[in-house]
Amino acid sequence: MSREQQLVAQARKAFESGRSRPLEYRIYQLKNLKRLFTERQKEIADAINKDLNRSEVGTQMFETLGLEGEINLIIRKLKEWAAPRPVEKNLMTLSDTVYIQPEPLGVVLIIGAWNYPWAVTIQPLIGAIAAGNAAVVKPSEVCVHTAKVMENLLPLYIDKELYPVVTGGVPETQELLRQRFDHIFYTGNSTVGKIIMEAAAKHLTPVTLELGGKSPCYIDKTCDLSIACRRIAWGKYTNCGQTCIAPDYILCEPSIQDRVIEEVKKSIKGFYTADPKTCPDYGRIINQRHFKRILTLLEDSTVAAGGENDESGCYIAPTVLRDVKPEAKVMQEEIFGPLLPILPISGLDEAIKFINKGEKPLALYVFSSDEKVINRMRDETSSGGFLANDCLVHFSISSLPFGGVGNSGMGCYHGKFSFDQLSHLRGCLVKKLKMEGVNNMRYPPHTPKKLGWARFFILKTADLGWVGRMMLLAVLAAVYIRSTFHTNLEP
Amino acid sequence: MVCVEQPSAGERMNTHSEVVDRLRGAFQSGVTIPEEFRRTQLTMLRSMISDNEERILKALHQDLAKPKFEAILSEVEIVMNELHHAIANLSHWMKPDYVSKNLATKLDDCFVRREPLGVVLVIGPWNYPLQLLILPMVGAIAAGNCVIIKPSEVSFATECLIADLIPKYLPQDCYTVVRGGSEETKALLQNRFDHIFYTGSQTVARSIVQAASVHLTPVTLELGGKCPCLLYGRLNIVAAAHRLVWSKFFNAGQSCVAPDYVLCSTATRDALIPALKDVLESFYTTEPQKCPDVSRIVSLRHWTRLVELLGKTRGRIVLGGEHDQEDKYIAPTVVVDVAEDDALMAEEIFGPILPIITIESVEKSIAFVNRKEKPLALYVFSDESSVVKMVMENTSSGGFCSNDGIVHMTLPGLPFGGVGGSGWGNYHGRWGFETFSHRRACMLRGWALERLNGLRYPPYSEEKLKWLRWTTSAKNSCSMM
Repeated sequence: MSREQQLVAQARKAFESGRSRPLEYRIYQLKNLKRLFTERQKEIADAINKDLNRSEVGTQMFETLGLEGEINLIIRKLKEWAAPRPVEKNLMTLSDTVYIQPEPLGVVLIIGAWNYPWAVTIQPLIGAIAAGNAAVVKPSEVCVHTAKVMENLLPLYIDKELYPVVTGGVPETQELLRQRFDHIFYTGNSTVGKIIMEAAAKHLTPVTLELGGKSPCYIDKTCDLSIACRRIAWGKYTNCGQTCIAPDYILCEPSIQDRVIEEVKKSIKGFYTADPKTCPDYGRIINQRHFKRILTLLEDSTVAAGGENDESGCYIAPTVLRDVKPEAKVMQEEIFGPLLPILPISGLDEAIKFINKGEKPLALYVFSSDEKVINRMRDETSSGGFLANDCLVHFSISSLPFGGVGNSGMGCYHGKFSFDQLSHLRGCLVKKLKMEGVNNMRYPPHTPKKLGWARFFILKTADLGWVGRMMLLAVLAAVYIRSTFHTNLEP
Repeated sequence: MVCVEQPSAGERMNTHSEVVDRLRGAFQSGVTIPEEFRRTQLTMLRSMISDNEERILKALHQDLAKPKFEAILSEVEIVMNELHHAIANLSHWMKPDYVSKNLATKLDDCFVRREPLGVVLVIGPWNYPLQLLILPMVGAIAAGNCVIIKPSEVSFATECLIADLIPKYLPQDCYTVVRGGSEETKALLQNRFDHIFYTGSQTVARSIVQAASVHLTPVTLELGGKCPCLLYGRLNIVAAAHRLVWSKFFNAGQSCVAPDYVLCSTATRDALIPALKDVLESFYTTEPQKCPDVSRIVSLRHWTRLVELLGKTRGRIVLGGEHDQEDKYIAPTVVVDVAEDDALMAEEIFGPILPIITIESVEKSIAFVNRKEKPLALYVFSDESSVVKMVMENTSSGGFCSNDGIVHMTLPGLPFGGVGGSGWGNYHGRWGFETFSHRRACMLRGWALERLNGLRYPPYSEEKLKWLRWTTSAKNSCSMM
């Protein structure tokens, strides 16, 4: 038996013991996880710093703060989320109990990514724990130091049988995918997303895929360019552009291109000083492979700002590209790096057309002071999420579902959405063996009269209004009374 | 009614791509988006059903010898009800949900919009050939999509009828029927859809997921499984027998949510069998083959499969067992002394054969059920609410119903779908609308409070972080702003 097989089998056994179900146990695990973030902040930050050159404050801001908030929310709301949810009844079930009961799925596989390793690996885990599941956590091997820290620390704080950490590369992931899970939650790119879904087909395992894409950013000339460019620069260059919802490229009219470049340059200087290489708040590319990949994207475009790079440190300066053409290399794939291409277009119509030619992105941004522009962009495009006049921040609202559509993914999470995504919502009808007389109308031998009653009663629910419902209730009572005194309705 | 001959394989491939392209063009034109358009289509579908009830009943009778009563209840009325429900609630469903925010975003607009996915594919099965094709279609249309529907070729008369009627009531550019068998379906699946909704078997479902993975198309799978029916504790045997017989032998057992097998103690079994006998006689007379309220098996292939099961079982047939090949008839049959590894327990029966397995305690029955795949539905009959509670809390299934069978499906407020081997996703009522929609998170920020934003910009500092924590935590969770 391989190590992966063993750990999955152990997680399943632990799940079947039932201990992950009581709400108290789930909250206990989540509180311990929260303690991990505070007690081990230094180790977490050191590892992230080695992997992505992020500062300690940056790590808190972008990784652990959100997770703590999510856990706090769950602790407050879990009882409500896990409780039976009553639903509308029809006439025949008026005396019955009808509700949806959320239940755990079983053993969930969580495959994390390397760009915000704690956020995108642990947030699904939080959802899985809250929903009462066991979960196998597979951190990305690309963020080498963080994967090690996760492997070492998680078992010290949370139930290591229910939530084992499996580290490794492609062979280990493939071995994991051969096992049977009740849900697979993957964050990463579309190519691997397809492989995951195909593997899930074998056991008919449902999947949540948080993928990526090229998130467009349209700047309308009526907006406050200085604020817009500052927000865009922040959204772009945070984590050195390695964010699934970073504004990938800008679409704007040629008349404002120069101003946009100026304002972005100003913001870069304000955030990262005149020499970002020495600034502790500016990140690095995760590894050589991605460094080389991103540099190739520069090849056939004009650099308007930045462009400096240093292979030894995987450093690429915050860069802006001007007059970029749709056929340029930088427009052929998700950049996932600190290059901000500007494509001049004639206006909103062309922008919408251009965006719709591509795959549906994970996020879509529009900067405008004109509500009509914002509404048109929203109504005539599709994307995972939509944000006007800022970047990234919709990620932080836990009452908004976070997920993609089309090539950018399927399923969603955050807050209650995580809980529901990793639960089974079981429809329950609790009846009694009484009032059997009423059921007579549905039993054979079938007669036209019975059919008339059944048609009327069993299914009619909608558009009756309050009065209609009361009238039918009265008739139902009459039928019940009548049928209990007769063995059968008249033929 | 004569059905036209099918085109060749090559023609089919081209035709399919053309159809998908045409529908995609229609979707991109935006015609299916406005609420009025969707309401009109749903209203037309409603007219289609009510104008053609006789033809529908005739086709269903040809395919499955469906008694008029069953056809009306489980095909016509349930579809009409779903249409009424969608038409009445469409406005409400389409409204955006405004959501709660944190302090930093108090001045912003945050809401969730339901948006159509694009071109969706609905593949229907043969057992309720109208209901299980049109009900998903209602959700898809209500959500603003263009729809390709693929009725089952096994229920041939209904397939022909649907292919004839849909173009007469709905615009072909937005809603098209594609006909054919497994080869045609395979070819159709090579195209790119924005959602695939499949009702049928696990085997086919696997190949659908594989085909969908090529395009990262989300799927909904309504599969089956062996739906257990537990009878324990104190119970009104006569009432239980009525409801059990009704739900088992409805449509000759060919329902994905039919109670597949019974688990009960020996004492209960001994009381149950005479009760079942009485009910069977009162429902279907002493000569069920002549009774117009008894359905037939859909095809010779399935009839043979079922008769072979009867031959292979090591159990004892106590009621029924008669069969007639020419008529594709199998009598309502009850088999006892069935072991866990019996032929009748190897696959979903999907026929009028009811095995009874005797297990003395409800705890052991629960363990038995949990050894198997999670079913689409799970039933327990008991007058003791503690027994009902124990079964519900210690098992998992798509849906759960105590003291009756099938009827939980008729409630549009309940999500109808499986879990594990019985399926993925759900529908009915609003759930159908949600299944075929994308929930797009939308946030509209203003230009004000840029100074507040300053907290998140580099250079980062502990001080800024403290403020950030405070402004973003408030009532909800947060991350960076």
